[in-house]
Amino acid sequence: MSRRRLVLFLLYGGFLLWGLLKGFGISAEVAHNFWTFSAQMVRILPCAFVLIGLFEVWVRKEAVERHLGRGSGPLGYLWAVLLAATTVGGIYVAFPMAHSLFRKGAKLGVIFTYVGASAICRIPMTVFEASFLGVKFTAVRFLVSLPLLLGRYLEGKGYRMPG
Amino acid sequence: MKYFWIFTALVLLISALVDRQKTLRALEIALKRFLSILPAFLEMIVLVSVALALVPPQLLLGLLGGKGRLLGVGIAAGVGSVTVMPGFIAFPLCGILLQRGVPYMILSAFSTTLMMVGVLSYPVEREYFGPRVTVLRNLLAFFIALAVAVATGLVFGEL
Repeated sequence: MSRRRLVLFLLYGGFLLWGLLKGFGISAEVAHNFWTFSAQMVRILPCAFVLIGLFEVWVRKEAVERHLGRGSGPLGYLWAVLLAATTVGGIYVAFPMAHSLFRKGAKLGVIFTYVGASAICRIPMTVFEASFLGVKFTAVRFLVSLPLLLGRYLEGKGYRMPG
Repeated sequence: MKYFWIFTALVLLISALVDRQKTLRALEIALKRFLSILPAFLEMIVLVSVALALVPPQLLLGLLGGKGRLLGVGIAAGVGSVTVMPGFIAFPLCGILLQRGVPYMILSAFSTTLMMVGVLSYPVEREYFGPRVTVLRNLLAFFIALAVAVATGLVFGEL
């Protein structure tokens, strides 16, 4: 762990302890938020990483390269959107998954589409959105944002992700 | 979320039945990856827990309602970019804002940047994508969100 992070965590823990002892309302709220978010992560992350581990050992590199790699064409983007729609847990699962896809040879444009689409059109979230804001609202969002996500962003400029 | 666990367990079971060696390696990879990214996740949770306490929903309501429309879109996009919120909190909140008369295009800017742009999730994203790709991806997502907001305004006759 980096020193910057260690300092941040120590400060944070100290602030929480001090605030809770003194009875500050804000630190109780921060602690409550921390607990809520951690609980949410604990519910999502173990499964996500197990699935990513299985993906790593079972899916062959050549298959990813063929369907999502440089020579994949428009269908690659369609796969990316479909994969995103069924991703559970949102962006926190999408990041490590995108990283695995990259290691297996997917191109950056497809990965960008995948990450963006997993923020926009995950199926459970969409149902939620439409029920609170209306189908028309959701439809406009899909129709405008999805085409904008399909593109060769970041490709051919030598951008690379960390291995 | 229960189904997610059941699904994972089933896939794991099938994998183990077909090839125990590979499955063990998968679990090993899963654990290693998880432990190496854990500090970044912790940092994000720390930042989000503080940010949400500093910016409670009532304050958001005040920020997003009442202002001029285009200014409202700008503020909404800014707030949405900085804040990270799970969907099960965000959309009910948008529902409340809608009932209070906040225009659709402002809600669109808010909810889209909320989902697509993550200033507070930068620690996690950087670990995976590197700083440059992370910044570019977020910038692109921000402009897509603005485009969506404008389109929403046109469709709902708010512009």
